[in-house]
Amino acid sequence: MNDELRELYQQVILDHNKSPRNFRVIEHANHHSEGYNPLCGDRIDVFIDVEEGIVKDISFQGSGCAISKASASLMSSTVKGKTVDEAEKLFEKFHSLITGKADGDPEELGKLAVFAGVRDFPARVKCASLAWHTMINALKKEKDVVTTE
Amino acid sequence: MNLKTVSPKNKIDTYDVEKIRRDFPVLLQKVHGQKLCYLDNAATTQKPRSVIDAVSRYYETINSNVHRGVHSLSEMATQAYEDSRTTVKNFINAASEKEIIFTRGTTEAINLVAHSYGKINLKEGDEVLITNMEHHSNIVPWQLICEEKNAKLKVVPVNNDGELIFEEFEKQLNERTKIVSVVYVSNSLGTINPVKKIIDKAHSFGIPVLLDGAQAIQHLKIDVQELDCDFFAFSGHKIYGPTGIGVLYGREKLLESMPPYMGGGDMISKVTFEKTTYNELPHKFEAGTPHISGAIGLAEALRYINKIGIKKISAYEKEILNYAASSLLQVNGLKVIGQAKEKSSVISFVFDNIHPHDVGTFLDFEGIAVRTGHHCTQPLMDRFNIPATTRASFALYNTKEEVDILVNGLKKVLEVFN
Ligand SMILES: Cc1ncc(COP(=O)(O)O)c(C=O)c1O
Repeated sequence: MNDELRELYQQVILDHNKSPRNFRVIEHANHHSEGYNPLCGDRIDVFIDVEEGIVKDISFQGSGCAISKASASLMSSTVKGKTVDEAEKLFEKFHSLITGKADGDPEELGKLAVFAGVRDFPARVKCASLAWHTMINALKKEKDVVTTE
Repeated sequence: MNLKTVSPKNKIDTYDVEKIRRDFPVLLQKVHGQKLCYLDNAATTQKPRSVIDAVSRYYETINSNVHRGVHSLSEMATQAYEDSRTTVKNFINAASEKEIIFTRGTTEAINLVAHSYGKINLKEGDEVLITNMEHHSNIVPWQLICEEKNAKLKVVPVNNDGELIFEEFEKQLNERTKIVSVVYVSNSLGTINPVKKIIDKAHSFGIPVLLDGAQAIQHLKIDVQELDCDFFAFSGHKIYGPTGIGVLYGREKLLESMPPYMGGGDMISKVTFEKTTYNELPHKFEAGTPHISGAIGLAEALRYINKIGIKKISAYEKEILNYAASSLLQVNGLKVIGQAKEKSSVISFVFDNIHPHDVGTFLDFEGIAVRTGHHCTQPLMDRFNIPATTRASFALYNTKEEVDILVNGLKKVLEVFN
């Protein structure tokens, strides 16, 4: 495999694509949002249970490419247990990483650092960030607002 | 590789694809260090040297505005522009140049008909009939005019093979139907629709038919008089010509009855602030300075096709399509979407566990250009319950070797994902 490709499709990503973590519905989630990428027709649902400012549980459902699925999977396992504030900050860092603007310490991103290869594929930035945008949206919304959609 | 066909005179004609390939400078390129294998022809086709040269020759020699100047360059440019119209007329066997309107492409041609024809013919409760396999550009213009007029957009369903359900089409035709607008060849599935049957049926109700010929013009012999269609739309860039130029063919009587689509220069014969009289056909529908070099480039592309012969091209492409269809069977888990009996050189496919985007990215690194996504046919993707497909589409310069490269590329993708 070509180096650039190997950098994009790291083993961790292929693994999360094949067996995504937290790939389920949370029946009584108090936050939910649906994300849509009109370019490729991919859809994702993110469910979050927030208690006292902490992401107690988070899950997702939907279809998408390996990059978007792995991103949703890794996002959910990283964010679980963090405060809403921390989750939002993490998204900013993640976004800088995949768009090649990374400043800070990649260590802070932990496993999410495997997405660094996305910066060489501008067309795939949307794939890697769809789940995150959807999560941020969900966090902003209360459950009853969302269910009217 | 040569495909031998027997001409009517019993002479052996050969289709020299290697010679044809040398006419297309783009094809000599490498992508990611690999020989370019361009299989995205339904999106746009590459341009032969003669087209590129015709466009630059225009700018180098006779560039000026048309239908206005008395000076030599303007006369020559006008002549070249109008000659291009004649070339188009002959190519699709229209009855007159008045029936050939230059547009920016298929999209603009359909919008023109939807708005101009729709403006005077649609009223509340009327119906426009399209199909489930239309490109967005044969859906949205009709939605816009239907909304304005309180008319209804009706949709003929397709079966699991991606074929139009003709009985449903017959059922939906009625006295409220004011126009039928169908894609001749589906850009997502390759399905060739039975347009002659559709036209005859619609005409028996006195309903005109527009054919979206964007994916037909480069593959099939088109004779608008034999088809008896009322409108035929196509884009120059899909038939080896420049982008930004396309054609609306319209039956003269219908075009005469329709109001202008856009106002401006060239489309008028006399303007006062009280009243403007419109120019004759086809100029009534060509407001503003047209895409002169585009028309010239398109005419050159049509001459290029004529030199090889559209029937020979059709036969060759069919051979490539059949070869691809059987070769792709070797790829584990590949499922073709669209198994119509009558198909043109498009193959759309999906895998259960590999998303088209990933397939597309991997193939790109093998030098293979395919399209991944919904191909501007979201309602059709919904019909098949898929978000997207990978689509390989073939043109007159593609080879069996390229099909093999695609198959090998796909096998490599499977190795990574399984
Ligand atoms: C069937 C069909 N109709 C319409 C169009 C629109 O053509 P254009 O974008 O050149 O106007 C396309 C091109 O993708 C097409 O394939």
